[in-house]
Amino acid sequence: MSNIAIIAGVTLREAARRKILWTALFAGALLLAIFAIALRLQVVEFQSRPMSPFVRYQVESGMLMIGLYTCDLLAVVLTILTSIDTLAGEISSGTIQAVATKPISRSQLLLGKYLGFVGMIVVYVAVTFSATIAVAYSVTGVLPENPVHGLFLIIFECIVALSLTFMFGTWFSTLTNGVVVLGLQAVAFMGGWLEQVSGFSQSGHIVTLGVASSLIMPGESLWRRAAYEMQTPLAGSLSFSPFANVSIPSSTAIVYAAAYLCIVLGVAIWHFNERDL
Amino acid sequence: MSPSVDNAIETRGLRKVFGSHVAVRNLSLTVPRGEIFGFLGPNGAGKSTSIKMLLGLVHPTSGDSFVLGAASGDVDIRRRIGFLPEDFRFYDWLTASELVQFHGRLCGMTKEELRRRVPEVIDLVGLTQHQDRRVKGFSKGMLQRIGLAQALVHEPDIIFLDEPTSGLDPMGRLMVRDILRAERERGATVFLNSHLLSEIEVTCDRVAFIKNGEVVTTRDLSDTPMEEVGVVMGARNVSQQAIAGLTRWAEAIDREQEKLRFRVHSRDVLPDIMRFLVAAGADIFEFTPERVSLEQIFVTIMGEDTSL
Ligand SMILES: Nc1ncnc2c1ncn2[C@@H]1O[C@H](COP(=O)(O)OP(=O)(O)OP(=O)(O)O)[C@@H](O)[C@H]1O
Ligand SMILES: [Mg+2]
Repeated sequence: MSNIAIIAGVTLREAARRKILWTALFAGALLLAIFAIALRLQVVEFQSRPMSPFVRYQVESGMLMIGLYTCDLLAVVLTILTSIDTLAGEISSGTIQAVATKPISRSQLLLGKYLGFVGMIVVYVAVTFSATIAVAYSVTGVLPENPVHGLFLIIFECIVALSLTFMFGTWFSTLTNGVVVLGLQAVAFMGGWLEQVSGFSQSGHIVTLGVASSLIMPGESLWRRAAYEMQTPLAGSLSFSPFANVSIPSSTAIVYAAAYLCIVLGVAIWHFNERDL
Repeated sequence: MSPSVDNAIETRGLRKVFGSHVAVRNLSLTVPRGEIFGFLGPNGAGKSTSIKMLLGLVHPTSGDSFVLGAASGDVDIRRRIGFLPEDFRFYDWLTASELVQFHGRLCGMTKEELRRRVPEVIDLVGLTQHQDRRVKGFSKGMLQRIGLAQALVHEPDIIFLDEPTSGLDPMGRLMVRDILRAERERGATVFLNSHLLSEIEVTCDRVAFIKNGEVVTTRDLSDTPMEEVGVVMGARNVSQQAIAGLTRWAEAIDREQEKLRFRVHSRDVLPDIMRFLVAAGADIFEFTPERVSLEQIFVTIMGEDTSL
């Protein structure tokens, strides 16, 4: 157990040394500033003309969702980019040899690294997520529903992506790993939209295709569930967007994503044990 | 096969195939405890692969291997194993002393043990001046030294070193020689891969020569430092029959005008050879026995061919 903690600690410290984490935080801050300005402009503009409070509320909560969606995308991309190298790179450079011959099992080694990244993700998402909500609240006074559910689901989505970079990292080089996982993320994104479209389309095939994509990579459905959980009660009419509730992922989809994560992590551990270092 | 507790290393029929390429064919080795054991062979002979199999980094295609009586890959026994990889590298943002500490902690050392041992082992490898520097700026030899510190920090019972001196300066090589002798004094076993035969010659108790993934021969270097003797003779009137008769005792006979070179397996036969040659009518001006270097033996065993 203490071995896992040692590896998690050094992984976390390494992540904190990476420029990419700080770049991502900087990008987050920049986006937040743009977000704040946009919100402010909107508020000023609304004050200049008569407007039904209902419409105004809808637009403002819609903008909050845009902010949170940006947060989510940035977190997923950061997760993938920081973690693609950790196994693949250390295996190819031989760095892993000095550690893998210490009294620590390979499963502990992998889990230690994994937990280090989970720690980094939790901190990163918690910071950017709450900052976004704080900015929106201070400018417009709008708050999301169930922010804790939303936060949990976004972290969950990142961890699904993390598990994939770990699994493919036991097979592929850093670059291939990144391409594969980003590709899968795109498939998930596609699947999410197809499921949205299917709400308006009569074609059963589109639903099937959307569902199939979400099965291959369930990350995006977690975001859509998060959006559904967080959206304000009256915001349902912004119907055609990544944060609409035309097709809400069921709890079964969440359970599927959890099982998916466990299987991917299990395969990662199995193959890491199996392979030569 | 059950391993004997007296042996630091025991392997039988160890084999590793990468795709269709056989890296290690059939490795059967026994290394008793407390020895400095040299593992020699040309590039690509399978030395590093063998070490990795012993350490459980590479899974053998077939065969058994045991280190300190435990099957290779056993996690707990690694507390007593130290390893310097062929190309040591580690997180370069750590300082030298943080790096050694990290490896010590993984080996289960306590805070007090680390406080005592880390500066000690960094001093041993001559990096005290650089202990608070980031490893990022380290030269190849400095990396190798810190890698050695990492392998020794937990005072292991067996140490695997894959070409520990390839990047070291002459002083560094002397340092490694002294360290290895000190480790043997302490009772540790050392398994050493190296191409520097003159070094192997003075440090190792025994060596195994491997070629194409198989042990060709092993030699004891400890008690009788090199049984083999080479002889250089200056002589005239050495007949063909005399040369032919020489093969009774000698091998690698080489004649070049008045110089005659050959090699024998023991000094004891030298008087017989001299008497024989004199009786055969040779005029001898010079007869100089000299030690056969490991390098000469290496070349004889591996053949003169320098291609891989
Ligand atoms: N991961 C691998 N995949 C494929 N082939 C490999 C792998 N590792 C080693 N080999 C092959 O196995 C053979 C033995 O390699 P090894 O590294 O054990 O040689 P070595 O004796 O240590 O050589 P050197 O003296 O150059 O260090 C070589 O032909 C090498 O190409
Ligand atoms: Mg090698």
